[in-house]
Amino acid sequence: MTVRALILRAPGINRDRDAALACTLAGAVAERVHVNHIARKRVKLADYGMLIIPGGFSYGDHLGAGKLLAVDLAHRLGEQLQRFVADGRPVIGICNGFQVLVKAGLLPGWEGHSEPALTLTHNTSAHFECRWVRLEADPGSTCHFTQGLAAPLEIPVAHGEGRIALRGETDLAELLARGLVALRYYAEPGVPVGYPANPNGSTDNIAGVCNEQGNVLGLMPHPENAILPQQHPRWTREPWRDDGDGLIIFRNAVRYAVSL
Amino acid sequence: MAQFFVTVASREATHPETIQTIYVLEGLALRLADVARLATELLHDPVTETVTWRALTLDELMVEPLPAAAHMLEVAYRPGVTDNAGESVLEGARRLGIAVLDQARMVRRYLLTSGVDPAARAAELTIDLVQTSLIAVPGIDHRSRLRFYQDLISPPAHVQPRVVRVALREADDAELLRISRDGILALDLAEMHAVRDHFVALGRDPSDGELETLAQTWSEHCSHKSFKAKVRYRRATPDQRAAALDPQLYPAFHLLEQDEVELNSLIKTFLMAATERIVAPESAAAHFTLAHGSLRLPEHAWVRSAFVDNAGIIAFGPAHEVSFKVETHNHPSALEPFGGANTGVGGVIRDVLGVSAEPIANTDVLCFGMPDTPAEALQPGVLHPQRVALGVVAGVRDYGNKLGIPTVNGAVLFDSGYSANPLVYAGTVGLAPRDAHPRNVAPGDVIVLLGGHTGRDGIHGATFSSIELTHDTAATVGSAVQIGDPITEKKLLDVLLQARDQRLYSAITDCGAGGLSSAVGEMGAGCGAHVTLERVPLKYAGLQPWEIWLSEAQERMVLAVPPTNLNAFLALCEAEDVEATAIGTFTADGRLRVNYKELEVVDLAMEFLHDGLPQRVLEALWQSPERQPIHAAEGAALPASANLLLQLLAHPNISSKERVVRTYDHEVRGATILKPLVGVALDGPGDAAVLQPVATMQRGLALGCGINPRYGRIDPYWMALAAVDEALRNVVAVGGDPGRTAILDNFCWGDPRQPDRMAGLVRAAAGCYDAAVAFGTPFISGKDSLNNEYRDAAGQRVAIPPTLLISALAEVPDVRRCVSMDLKQAGNRIYLVGATRAELGGSHLDAILGRDGLAGQVPQVDLVAARATFAALHGAITQGLVAACHDLSEGGLAVAAAEMVLAGHLGLDLELDALGGELDVTTRLFSETPSRFLVEVRPGDAAAFESVLAGVALVELGAVQHEALLRLRADGQIVAEVELDALRQAWQAGLSWM
Repeated sequence: MTVRALILRAPGINRDRDAALACTLAGAVAERVHVNHIARKRVKLADYGMLIIPGGFSYGDHLGAGKLLAVDLAHRLGEQLQRFVADGRPVIGICNGFQVLVKAGLLPGWEGHSEPALTLTHNTSAHFECRWVRLEADPGSTCHFTQGLAAPLEIPVAHGEGRIALRGETDLAELLARGLVALRYYAEPGVPVGYPANPNGSTDNIAGVCNEQGNVLGLMPHPENAILPQQHPRWTREPWRDDGDGLIIFRNAVRYAVSL
Repeated sequence: MAQFFVTVASREATHPETIQTIYVLEGLALRLADVARLATELLHDPVTETVTWRALTLDELMVEPLPAAAHMLEVAYRPGVTDNAGESVLEGARRLGIAVLDQARMVRRYLLTSGVDPAARAAELTIDLVQTSLIAVPGIDHRSRLRFYQDLISPPAHVQPRVVRVALREADDAELLRISRDGILALDLAEMHAVRDHFVALGRDPSDGELETLAQTWSEHCSHKSFKAKVRYRRATPDQRAAALDPQLYPAFHLLEQDEVELNSLIKTFLMAATERIVAPESAAAHFTLAHGSLRLPEHAWVRSAFVDNAGIIAFGPAHEVSFKVETHNHPSALEPFGGANTGVGGVIRDVLGVSAEPIANTDVLCFGMPDTPAEALQPGVLHPQRVALGVVAGVRDYGNKLGIPTVNGAVLFDSGYSANPLVYAGTVGLAPRDAHPRNVAPGDVIVLLGGHTGRDGIHGATFSSIELTHDTAATVGSAVQIGDPITEKKLLDVLLQARDQRLYSAITDCGAGGLSSAVGEMGAGCGAHVTLERVPLKYAGLQPWEIWLSEAQERMVLAVPPTNLNAFLALCEAEDVEATAIGTFTADGRLRVNYKELEVVDLAMEFLHDGLPQRVLEALWQSPERQPIHAAEGAALPASANLLLQLLAHPNISSKERVVRTYDHEVRGATILKPLVGVALDGPGDAAVLQPVATMQRGLALGCGINPRYGRIDPYWMALAAVDEALRNVVAVGGDPGRTAILDNFCWGDPRQPDRMAGLVRAAAGCYDAAVAFGTPFISGKDSLNNEYRDAAGQRVAIPPTLLISALAEVPDVRRCVSMDLKQAGNRIYLVGATRAELGGSHLDAILGRDGLAGQVPQVDLVAARATFAALHGAITQGLVAACHDLSEGGLAVAAAEMVLAGHLGLDLELDALGGELDVTTRLFSETPSRFLVEVRPGDAAAFESVLAGVALVELGAVQHEALLRLRADGQIVAEVELDALRQAWQAGLSWM
């Protein structure tokens, strides 16, 4: 069975082609669709097996990263999107897409919180940074796409607002208890993670968050830019890889979509 | 009229000078409940921020609780200047279904403690040209705050549209010059005569719109009249080296050795003629003459378009083409660094859209004054180099990152000569299906304006860039400086590529300098055009017709759409919320006609507009700067070589640019196969970036650049050769094919009417010819930015150092064969490729020793040896014989070796005796002789490597060591030994303020 992946386009989204290539290499049929086409009912979200909200600067990010597209999605696609998530279909928000999912309340999407407890805000360095980082999956996570990934995954980040900030002191414990931390920044075995291994100062080195069902994943790094061997920054000095480290996340998502 | 304000404050006390954000909102029917929704749902992040909202009245301001601070400094964009945050609030309100919000402006508030001088801080945080600020004491200045906020949202005064006739026919020379100067027309007397004579013959005076149209189209910026001028070139004394240079290889050098030579257009003589000789050698005429008087490319040439379109185009693989354009945005960046650089990047991206291509990479080369310049040494009205640099880098970052175009290559240079006039070169590479770019305007096609709204912004940009800067430029042509809106351009890009693939338009161009007047005037040059200005969507009321016609408001393109495609095109735009408006039609009457309703704004013959500009005649007199015949390296008097090396590594031109590069997204599109930063810790300075534009094809593109204004101070001819050589070295070092490399020229110069400046320009252009022809690398595009001078209040003029940027775009046969510059493995051998000569004139060794750089021999390119070297090295790389390769540039051999150590975390032990015993050690270490590389080769490949490089100057210097240090030996002694940590410390400390 082939999986149709909807790659969401919106004003200022700019890694849609990258995400489409990653989905294609992972075995899905990728279609880049503008948000207006869904809002104007020319395309139905329900016809797709998975949804990617790619990176970029949606609407310019002038009111906080992802905020305006989050408002747009909530007001124009709210019901369709909620049903898609409730159906358990895979949703991956990358970078700006992660920010959108968080600000739209779909991540962490936990029950019993009337006020948002988690956000993505300005890097501690106070500026945009593009660099390769290492990631490890949290074995306690509910996420279906990051289970059993061998650390470290090498993947680039490119963002200015990627720091996870939590509102209350107990929120981190709750996040962990519910298995909602999917990915963390990682250094070397036994080495504490500081800057720049954690490029944005994120709480508990969190790089990716999922919902309790495990079908919605948001992450700041760009696995779609780590799918080909020659995208790796040290391929000229290291043994040749078969794939980029990020491809497995898309493969897992496609496999999961097929299983539904 | 209901007015409100929303205040957003951070819960996180991370910033020492707490910042708050205020949104001023206005709407005829806006209610407090609407504002409450906006505030809670749109304008704040509930996790990290608090929000309050109030009606904007004196009473509310008086009862509003304010934070504790000695002063509040509030900064906002002036009314009429793009306020992207404010626009986002309007967009968000529409998305929330709140249709009653009419205006929104954002204000940034800084809370200053008592020790801070508010006026000084205001000067630091406000760019007066585009921003306004208020200093208020909390709890006291209610009235001034009310007025400040209300001014931001007060509607502009309505004006009666009118067309003014300018009394030109009766004007004498003094009056003509006054009209040109007061109107910022930048036309000289001969040009004003031509305009006057034209209208005398017509029996009427020109309208304001007509005069402005002519001034824009005839500006240096749009017409490149100095590059097309007739030039009488003379030299003060013959060059003694001429006899040693082969006239066949250096024909342009010898041409300039005549007692007097007349050149008809530098661009035709030296740049287009070079391309023709390379691309169409069988039809090419004798040197310096175009066979047909204009450049014609053979049907199946690898070069698809040169010097005619908005960008140069070359074939790429069987089914694609690649375009490349580099532009400058110097004067706007001098006045408003962020906005100037931001809109510069936006502009060059539109150049690539203007050849129907998808932008796939950006480059930026930036030249600033020395970062340690004392504030009191700056000219009045000039921003400090550090402030300029930080603003420019932020502006480049903002536009490129937001458009999703990786910024992959560039350079940052510092020289005291750029203090008053920084340079901002921005380049964009585009990718398109082969021959997808239509150029078929037909009468009857609809003129469609696409993208952003038109405001008063950017008026006189083309003419303003064609005159020198002064202490009061900001006050007189402030409107020429703008703020970009990258997302509008991104939306435009998205629909344009779809429209191209559906073949909906017959021609396209960007709306840049000169605004609609240039864009429509150029597109309709061959047929005619009629525009109705009242249809142009405006940002605000109050613009006169000529202002709409000239506005250089950003993010706009002009298209010719056949009437049968118009509905499909408009529907495509509507589907993605991109504004597209039919504003006129292309005609067959050969006239440019512009109306505002019944008012006739322009009625000009296209022929006069495009061919009526009298050819300039310019004088050039070359006087070689004085220099000592032989450069004394002064071995005994110099500090130890290791110290010199560390000083060089810390020089701002050589030191790590990682702090800049990391703020640019160089990964987006996933095609950056060799990154700008390479090596073990990804902090080594790569020679050139390599892209794999089409993921299914292993063919790549290498992007490099060459620039060295220090050589230009001695002789721009040799600077040009060195710049071409450096750009080629960069791309060859990573695996680019020198036989399949296209280059671009960007000249930044002073006033061409000064014979010394013009002579330098002639020599640089001549150098471009000799280099391009010898290397077989055609010029496909170029640009000149002249009048880069500053005139102080006393009339004293300071020109920038003559600066030529050469950008190279090379094909890489297979990206999997690319080579990075970091040392790979201990035990590998190290070779120096290319001969070393005593060439320390203009070197960076001179710079750190505080010398003026004029003494000594300027580096000269041996064109025979260089071409053979590049070809042979490329052969070795494609055969997989090279483990690492790094070109030698600023700081010579020692710096290049240190950089390889820095990147590879391994050591080098090099023996320099074989370089030639006649050279002293300092020269061997730091000479900047071009066409050289350090190459790492595995022992098993050494014999094959040596045989591929047969005939090229090649010296084995030593081997890679485990121990991470650089050890250099000469004459039986260790002349320098520095550990990796010391190298890194020096190299990374250079730009710590950035």
